[in-house]
Amino acid sequence: MEKIGKVASENGVVIFSKSTCCLCYAVQILFRDLGVQAAVHEIDHDPDGKEIEKALMRLGCSGPVPAVYIGGKLMGSTNEVMSLHLSGSLLQLIRPYQQTNLSSHD
Amino acid sequence: MNSTTTHFVPSRRMGLYEPLHQMSMWGDFRLDSPPPPPLVLEVDANLDNQSEDTSRPTFGASQEASKPDDKVLRRLAQNREAARKSRLRKKAYVQQLENSKLRLIQLEQELDRARQQGMCVDASQLAYTGNTNPGITAFEAEYGHWVEEQNRQVSDLKNALHSEMGDMELQIFVEGGMRHYFELFAMKVTAARADVFYIMSGMWKTSAERFFLWIGGFRPSELLKVLSPHLDALTEQQRLDIVNLTQSCQQAEDALSQGMEKLQFILAQAIADGLLREGNYLPQIGAAMNKLEDLVRFVVQADHLRQETLQQISRILTIRQAASGLLALGEYLQRLRVLSSCWSSHPRDVCVSKI
Repeated sequence: MEKIGKVASENGVVIFSKSTCCLCYAVQILFRDLGVQAAVHEIDHDPDGKEIEKALMRLGCSGPVPAVYIGGKLMGSTNEVMSLHLSGSLLQLIRPYQQTNLSSHD
Repeated sequence: MNSTTTHFVPSRRMGLYEPLHQMSMWGDFRLDSPPPPPLVLEVDANLDNQSEDTSRPTFGASQEASKPDDKVLRRLAQNREAARKSRLRKKAYVQQLENSKLRLIQLEQELDRARQQGMCVDASQLAYTGNTNPGITAFEAEYGHWVEEQNRQVSDLKNALHSEMGDMELQIFVEGGMRHYFELFAMKVTAARADVFYIMSGMWKTSAERFFLWIGGFRPSELLKVLSPHLDALTEQQRLDIVNLTQSCQQAEDALSQGMEKLQFILAQAIADGLLREGNYLPQIGAAMNKLEDLVRFVVQADHLRQETLQQISRILTIRQAASGLLALGEYLQRLRVLSSCWSSHPRDVCVSKI
């Protein structure tokens, strides 16, 4: 779906969310704690929300939210983000978008 | 002579009535009629004699003649009533005893079942097993088997590590151990869908395990911190990797915890919506039920984090180190269960005297 691609490319880290979804909020908090100002796109406040939801599900996001895009590419949902973080890969992916210099393991 | 009989007969009469009265109650359940007449008549005869005694005050011949009959009839009626009430009381008491007996048998069965499953039995667990949710009953049974298998694996691991076993064979034990935990996570997901509050409260765990509860299970970063110092021969790279893994784990946990807090608040708000207003609260209950779906997602996510942590640590460690780690984890959990059992059964006054 074009709109998803468009929104996803507007920012380094984009989280498709719903205002009532607490798991989406948890993912937001994680990125915030890693020094990333993620763009949160609430699909329940989007007029095309229903289509976005269907498209996300077709892309494999069973939630369908949260759906996380980094650098315009779909990373997945909470499971994928957690796995990436534990393996250390997430930090590498978000490095270009980190706003705070964290005392991380370089 | 007459004066003594005057005093004698009423008490004798009463004495005659009381034991008969009781006999009819406890001796023969089916006896619905009042005590047999003959004795009554005998007493009547005495009374009749009494009424003709000149020493007694007289009010009139006719009244004299009818008074004993009335008294006797009234007394008969009172006795019938008392007997009836007594039978009803006894029936209620017996019913109560039967119920208590059934409850006792039920409790003994639950106790046996719990002991067989190797679970530590403490009062709070027993109190809960009135659960009639089939999904949860099934989970509890499966968990009992899981613990038995866990204990077997722990002792197998111990023997394997002390033997001359090579890495290839040891790997089989490691993979088996990991898979066993993954099976538990799968069981928990199913159970969470059946009753998420049950999983969130850690009801299937022993009390000491519940003390460490975080979103329906262990906090993975805590386990990493507690167990990794016991691992031998870690290289510098391994140490660094474990530190990084622990930190990432903690960050993920903190994010989930904050999401949970938000969910708690939203749920509380949904339940409280419309308090003190007219109308029923069914819409609020419905709204809360919808939000509970989110809670299931959190439990699933937390278990996923536990699984990922296990997988990551197994990638960092050598096979032998991973086997030691699994053994350490298994023994640690066993100790927690023993702690629960000891705590719930130790006499409190012993504890006080030590202070």
